[in-house]
Amino acid sequence: MNDSILTFENIDKSFFGVPVLKDISFQLPRGQVLGLVGENGAGKSTLMNLVGGVVPLDSGRMLLDGNPYTPRGPSDASAAGVAFIHQELNLFTNLSIAENIFINGFPRFHWLPMLNRTAMRTQTRQFLDAVDLPVSPDTLVEKLSPGERQLAEIAKALSFNARLIIFDEPTTSLTARETERLFALIERLRSDGASIVYISHILTDVMRLADEIVVLRDGEVVGHGRKEEFSVGRMISLMVGRDIQQLYPPRTAQATDRPALEVRGVSQPGIVDKIDFTLYKGETLGVFGLMGSGRTELARILFGMDGCEEGEIAIDGVVQSKLSPRHCIDTGLAFVTENRREEGLLMDISISNNIGLVALPHYASSTFTPLHEQRLNGQIDEVVGSLKIKVSDVRRQAVKTLSGGNQQKAVIGKWLLRNPQVLIVDEPTRGVDVGAKYEIYTILAQLAAEGTGVLFISSELDELMGVCDRILVMGNGEVQAIFSRSEFDKERILRAAFREQVTS
Amino acid sequence: MTEANVSKSQISPVHSVRGAQTNGWARVQQVLRRLLLSEYFVLYLSIIYFLMLWPFIPRIASPQNLGNIFSNMWPLLAVAIGQTFVLIVAGIDLSQSSIMALVSVIGAAIMTTQLDPVLFEKSPLWGVLYTATGSPLAGTLLALPVALLAMMGVGALIGLWNGTAVARLKTPPFMVTLVGMMFFSAAAIYLTKSENIIHLPDAYIALGQGQISFVPYSFFIVGALAIAAQWLLSRTVLGRWFYAVGTNMRTAIVSGVPVTRVIITAYVLSGFFAAVGSIFYSARLAAGRPTLGSSLLLDVVGATVIGGTSLMGGKGKILWTVFGVLFFVLLDNSLNLLNLSFFWVQIVKGSVILLAAGLDVARTRLTARS
Repeated sequence: MNDSILTFENIDKSFFGVPVLKDISFQLPRGQVLGLVGENGAGKSTLMNLVGGVVPLDSGRMLLDGNPYTPRGPSDASAAGVAFIHQELNLFTNLSIAENIFINGFPRFHWLPMLNRTAMRTQTRQFLDAVDLPVSPDTLVEKLSPGERQLAEIAKALSFNARLIIFDEPTTSLTARETERLFALIERLRSDGASIVYISHILTDVMRLADEIVVLRDGEVVGHGRKEEFSVGRMISLMVGRDIQQLYPPRTAQATDRPALEVRGVSQPGIVDKIDFTLYKGETLGVFGLMGSGRTELARILFGMDGCEEGEIAIDGVVQSKLSPRHCIDTGLAFVTENRREEGLLMDISISNNIGLVALPHYASSTFTPLHEQRLNGQIDEVVGSLKIKVSDVRRQAVKTLSGGNQQKAVIGKWLLRNPQVLIVDEPTRGVDVGAKYEIYTILAQLAAEGTGVLFISSELDELMGVCDRILVMGNGEVQAIFSRSEFDKERILRAAFREQVTS
Repeated sequence: MTEANVSKSQISPVHSVRGAQTNGWARVQQVLRRLLLSEYFVLYLSIIYFLMLWPFIPRIASPQNLGNIFSNMWPLLAVAIGQTFVLIVAGIDLSQSSIMALVSVIGAAIMTTQLDPVLFEKSPLWGVLYTATGSPLAGTLLALPVALLAMMGVGALIGLWNGTAVARLKTPPFMVTLVGMMFFSAAAIYLTKSENIIHLPDAYIALGQGQISFVPYSFFIVGALAIAAQWLLSRTVLGRWFYAVGTNMRTAIVSGVPVTRVIITAYVLSGFFAAVGSIFYSARLAAGRPTLGSSLLLDVVGATVIGGTSLMGGKGKILWTVFGVLFFVLLDNSLNLLNLSFFWVQIVKGSVILLAAGLDVARTRLTARS
């Protein structure tokens, strides 16, 4: 079998006695793209960590080009020509691109202990050309956009002649254009003979790129074959182990004509310009826009985190006199931010204390008097139950031990103790698996049915079209268009979002 | 408080060893592990240290010495409680020692009944607050309460300044409080021209030196404050907010925590508790001393951190600080008993702190693994 670059034979791996991979056997085709899919915790990342030398395997073996392959660390893996592009990129942001590329072995001036910067620059320039990134090798990585960093990391992989390149969720922080560029590059790498493993939750991307597809569930291979044998639907049912009839829950909420949030002429120079819209009670209003369109910035202004120079915001008919998060929360606004690690959760603190945080002042008569812990805990348990957060000890388990989907549910949960009038969610399903996505949509639909106005910000148009009553399209800090459900059309919406780029 | 814990801790490990003679070494390892991971780890460490030294310095267990250790803990604990609050909100207060000095001088100036003109004539307060017969309030019934209130008030005010600079002006806590340390300790020296203020009222001195049988007054006052502080941290909204701000300020802001107010409160408490510590230290010295506390800063931060409160914020308990203070006081006491010269004391102290820090790293690793 010489058409496989890497062979897995009966791989087992457990962490703390919990099996994560069970008897995995399959082959990676040489010079092709293998799509690897599965829910969070299915074992995709663990399997690739074995290949990348990040963790050792328990039993079984791997063959690289037919020879036993036992990497003892990431440097062994690079030496063998295996590159691993992680979800969280492994670049030193305070160093230049060239320094990052040569971090494992700087070229020197002959035997002198000095760096040969000229050699570093010329070689780096070649690699940057190969990935189509037209910046100077001396650019600091912190100055690059997420997409450019990704390209820099691929350039680094090229520098050690990687023959097998693993991409783990590479598009999560990329704009649509950057994603296109990445896909073109992956095609090019493949035609140059590299073998590629592509891991992603975005199944349409996998369908588009992959030659072969492997589906993992609970540490086992549950499907493997040529792309032609798969459809998105089949992948999903294999991943979750049951048939999911629909990706989106049935829409039960009925938008009313009573406004929950009115935004009138909100402007902040250079960020957003004359934003006007109304969100009604019981409505789910999508906000679509490319990265940099001002969608997240608008949410932060509405929530009082960033200022705005002009404009008026009314919640439940009451014009907001001052904007600060505390004030907004008190008037019934809730905000699920896009990055749960940095702004949504206190990662080291218990699930219970995270969910209780927002509503704390309402469970004591003043800041200095004792909390009504029983009442608070009762409410927290109710929320944990209704959101089906999978947890063994709500009071003591740190929220960071939860899976991505359950963490996201905890972020939503901390707003539910206060029955918000308006819920702003920013990319609520990013990095969350299919099953948990469905649950999150269901929770949001439930809230809308209870009369909450939901402002749903997302860069995934499919999901907005699946769950929203209307979609507001932002571009260049302005409202480009608002589409009602009957007018939903992918092409028209995308055109509206790209308008600025098309005309200029 | 401490006594209760001592007896408990002596029983429990012995108990678990006896209960499991089945698998010797593995069992011992498990006990060691539990010991290392226990909340009472620093208390155990103190007890082990004490027991190890006992054969070499029998005097360490004499009733008089135990009394010394016991009474030395409370003033230091008062200051360390304040530091604990600031560390929990991911700050640090280096100005505590200078707050102690300034407050010591101010309190003494209000209470003193007699000043030597030769020493104090050049002070900027001569003729205003200082006269040959002490301050205007000297000898009146008001002197003591006014002095105590002024001390605590000035401490809290300096804390208010520190907290405002940190939270509103976004200056790094290290810078704000380092500058504060220089400024306020210089102010204390300037106000007194570097002289101690003596001739303080007996009632005040009793506060530092008085006892009920063998228990010092400071135990009751600081003990009560410690319980109140722990109660504040674990039972109130403000307490939860302290931890939230220290763990992740951005999440705290999004969750509607009034971050600025919370941080300022932590520094005010730090200044207040430094002043309380200063009240006891000055009373014990029977003097207002402009250099009071200058050697205490390391002990305060060291005791708090060794107790388990994290310099990174978000983690800490008053009980842990009590253990950390016990460890430091014991260490100091034992080194004094050994009659070592000053530089040897410092070398040994540094080494023991390093060792304790190493053990803490081991603990963190163990927790991360389990």
